[in-house]
Amino acid sequence: MSVIYLVLPLAILLAGLFVAAFIWATRAGQYDDLDSPAVRMLNDDDDTDKDA
Amino acid sequence: MATDTPIKPPKPQADAPTANAQTACAHCGLPVPRGLIDPDKEHQFCCHGCEAVYAVIHQMGLDSYYRVKQRQGEQTQPAKTTGAGYTAFDHDAFTTRCCVDRPDGTRATSFYLEGVHCAACLWLVEKLPAVVPGVIESRLNMHKSLVRLTWDPEHVALSKIASALDSLGYPPHPARDTAADDIVKKENHAELVRIGVAGAAVGNAMILAICLYAGAFTGIQDEYRSLFRWVGMGIALLTLVWPGSVFFRGAWSAIRTRTPHMDLPIAIGLAAGGIAGTVNTVRGVGEVYFDSLTVLVFLLLVGRAIQRRQQRRAADAVEQLFRLTPVSARRVDGDTVIEVPIEALEQGDIVELIAGDSTPVDGEVVNGSSDVDQSLLTGESRPVAVTSGDPVHAGSLNLTSTLRVRVRATGERTRVGALMALVEESTRNKAPVAQAADRMAGWFVLTVIVLAVLTFTFWVWRDPSQAAGHTVALLIVACPCALGLATPLTLAVAIGRAARRGILIKGGAALEQMARHGSMLLDKTGTVTQGKTTLVHWFGDESIKPIAAAVEAYSTHRIAKAMVNAIGPHDPSYALSDVSQTHAGGISAKVNNQPIHIGSADYVSGRIKTIPQQVHQYVKQVLRDCHTPVLIAVDDEVKAVAGFGDAIRPDARQAIDELKDMGWHIGMVSGDHPQVVQRVAETLGITKDVTHGGVMPEQKVQLVRRYSEQSPVVMVGDGVNDAAALGAATVGIAVHGGAEASLAAADIYLSKPGLTPIIGLSRASRQVIAGIRRGLGVSLAYNAIGVSLAAVGIISPLIAAVLMPVSSLTVLALAVSNRAFLDNEVYP
Repeated sequence: MSVIYLVLPLAILLAGLFVAAFIWATRAGQYDDLDSPAVRMLNDDDDTDKDA
Repeated sequence: MATDTPIKPPKPQADAPTANAQTACAHCGLPVPRGLIDPDKEHQFCCHGCEAVYAVIHQMGLDSYYRVKQRQGEQTQPAKTTGAGYTAFDHDAFTTRCCVDRPDGTRATSFYLEGVHCAACLWLVEKLPAVVPGVIESRLNMHKSLVRLTWDPEHVALSKIASALDSLGYPPHPARDTAADDIVKKENHAELVRIGVAGAAVGNAMILAICLYAGAFTGIQDEYRSLFRWVGMGIALLTLVWPGSVFFRGAWSAIRTRTPHMDLPIAIGLAAGGIAGTVNTVRGVGEVYFDSLTVLVFLLLVGRAIQRRQQRRAADAVEQLFRLTPVSARRVDGDTVIEVPIEALEQGDIVELIAGDSTPVDGEVVNGSSDVDQSLLTGESRPVAVTSGDPVHAGSLNLTSTLRVRVRATGERTRVGALMALVEESTRNKAPVAQAADRMAGWFVLTVIVLAVLTFTFWVWRDPSQAAGHTVALLIVACPCALGLATPLTLAVAIGRAARRGILIKGGAALEQMARHGSMLLDKTGTVTQGKTTLVHWFGDESIKPIAAAVEAYSTHRIAKAMVNAIGPHDPSYALSDVSQTHAGGISAKVNNQPIHIGSADYVSGRIKTIPQQVHQYVKQVLRDCHTPVLIAVDDEVKAVAGFGDAIRPDARQAIDELKDMGWHIGMVSGDHPQVVQRVAETLGITKDVTHGGVMPEQKVQLVRRYSEQSPVVMVGDGVNDAAALGAATVGIAVHGGAEASLAAADIYLSKPGLTPIIGLSRASRQVIAGIRRGLGVSLAYNAIGVSLAAVGIISPLIAAVLMPVSSLTVLALAVSNRAFLDNEVYP
């Protein structure tokens, strides 16, 4: 019995998990808007204007 | 974040008034006109809009906006506010139609915002909860300019939130048709999931294939070879039945409707590969094709997704334009005027229309008199004078003064509503056109099947044990991977570039159809002409133009406004006195004590002694062009004759000539008076037999259908009255400034004025077709060579595995290197 019989199903299971995660992310709308989050993360959460 | 970089407070304007360099607007950063610089103020602004928005942002304590903006080096644009009250948004009719009540007592809705252009805009819009108490969340989708708002209706009215957005420079418009958006979203999700699954399958199938290829060279135990083949089969079959099912479904509907489609040869190849691979795996001998199959499915899905994405972007851009149309009206309730949604209007209500308003309903004028522009509705270029008792129609534009209108019909029962039904009907009845690749697919399937039968017959005669193997190999090698990629990629590249040129193309088929030259029918008003009254002729003394403008500035008549627009703002040094005017006649005044009379021939001849023969000549000349003559008399002497009318666009003549040279048959279809249409057509060199004036919208559709019996018809128009014809034509092109209905019905929208873009469009469509043909040719050549080499046994599985992606890469390179929409001389 070679180790491949253990590793191959494991590898496929792992791949399946990632596919499932991708499908969940898609259906949750994470790929709906690819422009705004890229910009949103540049903005400070802090409202106060420290420089002024 | 505020501490990591030393950012200066954004006050480049503090010392600006004394500096020689151009002063920058404190809000948008554009240069401030010299006349607006006020040395006493700390901040300078390029316009009132920016000044108001700056004050609001400052008041709300949101000065960080300028820091965000400066840090990100954003492009600038002057602010735009409307100052509207948005009280219609608080009306029950609006709440039930556009808002969603949440179980926790909050309410949600979406708005399209004007003026969203940069990262700082996102920051500002999403700060709304901090500045308007009661707003719970504000999320902006920059690509769509769509903001999703959640608020507590107990604490704040929607009209307050809308006014806040407006005062920040983002006038909001209610988002409609969210159900349609949901469907699109679901489709996008399904497409992305298919690509993701196919991509994962490709990766795993490749690893297994590498093991098998390595084993073929260095030796492998049968036990492991069999294991890898079985697992590979599982992955490939999963790919075929899940993401790959779209091709089988497409092929099946192609068979059922007997229309050739690219999915058919693809499905044949996939099925042959899948079945042969499965059989060989079970038998334990022969080739398996699982890696190629999964790659094929993946690449084809990606190619299609790219094309769809580009088309979707163009369609979104068009949609955003027509979502900006007003949805509220001012209803007169006794002594007060309140803003209500159009849905809340009922028959017998009275609505008020101020100058510049578009009419929301069909009705009858009860009070006031004005000029109404119906050109979008009827194609008529001359505004119609209306007064009490006259009918007005939804979609027409009130030009000069306030009107009160009694509502006779709203929504679908208006004339525009009836036209929209016609548009739907004509679009639905449009015959689907086969795209070039699909037409070719028909031939492709035929050739492949004939070759397969020949190969099979030959090998049955020669060596029956080899027959099945060689036939399957041929079917797989012939599978049009590159063929299936060539079309969507070339189209996607072209549509993307066109969008950057201001040409929005909603579907690839329209672009392909443009390459087949046939008839092109042009609407007149607003398409080849400007669609508004302008100064067209000026006979006589040029030097009195400023005086004429100074006098006309006192009048609100449309011709007076056109004169002022054409000549420019008048010099304040003219001292005017004794101004008097008659409605639809003319205006008289004294300028520096010289008597001036401007008006119709009757008006002026009644006020001065004689009119020379030459002037009558000029008047005749103006009338021959179907324009309105205006006489300008100074000191009892007619100094000049001006002609006003709907001027032909400056580029129209040249564009039409060039289109003719390219092989188009140009015709003209207009709802305007036949005499006017005939005159314009003559000027543009369009012959009488293809000029149709006084055409009703229904007749336009019939004309388009009659022309399309002979050749493809491209219809170019802008109005509601053209919309049905745009929908019925092979390709409908809506031009700059078109009505909502025409944007919705057209396949292509030109977002820049003039007809010149059509030349580029026509030229580029040919380049696109040539590019697609080249791609198809290359992939066919690959297939032909592959098929013949495989047949004689020269190609080993490894070489085939290398050749396949190379052919796809070649096609990809060809698609990207296509020159369509790149030539600069066509697009200045």
